[in-house]
Amino acid sequence: MWVYEKKLEYPVKVSGPNPKLAKAVITQYGGPDGELAASLRYLTQRYSMPTSQAKGVLTDIGTEELAHMEIVAAIVYNLLKNAPLEQIKAAGMEGYYADHDRSLFFVNGDGVPWVAAYIQSKGDPIADLHEDMAAEEKARSTYEHLINLSDDPDVTDVLRFLREREVVHFQRFGETLNIVWEHLSSRKVW
Amino acid sequence: MPAMNKDELMLRIQALEFTAVDLNLYLDTHPCDARALADFNQVAAALAQTVAVYEQMYGPLTNFGRSQSCGRWAWVEQPWPWETQG
Repeated sequence: MWVYEKKLEYPVKVSGPNPKLAKAVITQYGGPDGELAASLRYLTQRYSMPTSQAKGVLTDIGTEELAHMEIVAAIVYNLLKNAPLEQIKAAGMEGYYADHDRSLFFVNGDGVPWVAAYIQSKGDPIADLHEDMAAEEKARSTYEHLINLSDDPDVTDVLRFLREREVVHFQRFGETLNIVWEHLSSRKVW
Repeated sequence: MPAMNKDELMLRIQALEFTAVDLNLYLDTHPCDARALADFNQVAAALAQTVAVYEQMYGPLTNFGRSQSCGRWAWVEQPWPWETQG
């Protein structure tokens, strides 16, 4: 069961319409290292984790990633909301506009739609937790690229917050890997 | 708690809940840290108190029965979180 809170985890403001920036930031909505992939990866892997602690970490981080997906959506929505068609064309977003107007859709920066193949669930907690740590580093790196591209200081501020969270999640997954490792190696053999 | 306007109250809720989220993740891997646990409980209490003040003035923040809606169905009256800009 999930409930919805009518608030963002971190406040979102944009300086004005900016389809060029929206085209880049949308990759964290529906790209390979984006927030949809992150939340679904963790919320799916949690079922086969061997310890209650690992199930908790995947549930809690997977849930926070849903809040990050909403933050990214709020950025893209507001960057596109009042964007004139001329700006959308200049940003190379005609193809996106033709299919989606200014609505949200799960694509990367080049318009490639999200696929489940971006994520894995091996049923092997050691493999899964290593994937999760790599995923956090890839997302951190993507946010750094987006910060390099951003010409909107309000958007950059939110991207910095999201980048920081990837660092914290990486840390928690590393600790979880150690706990799971210990659990598996101390298992009794009868 | 000092008197705050709607935006200030929301910012306070966001700050408190963020602190709770971060402590929650930390406690998942450090369940025996008594200081973090005390901090978490203190923040959770302050968050509940601030949310109650906000909801009384501006309507429910959470769906599915976690917030009451007094007198009328207020859930759909306030703007949605992505509609913060005109």
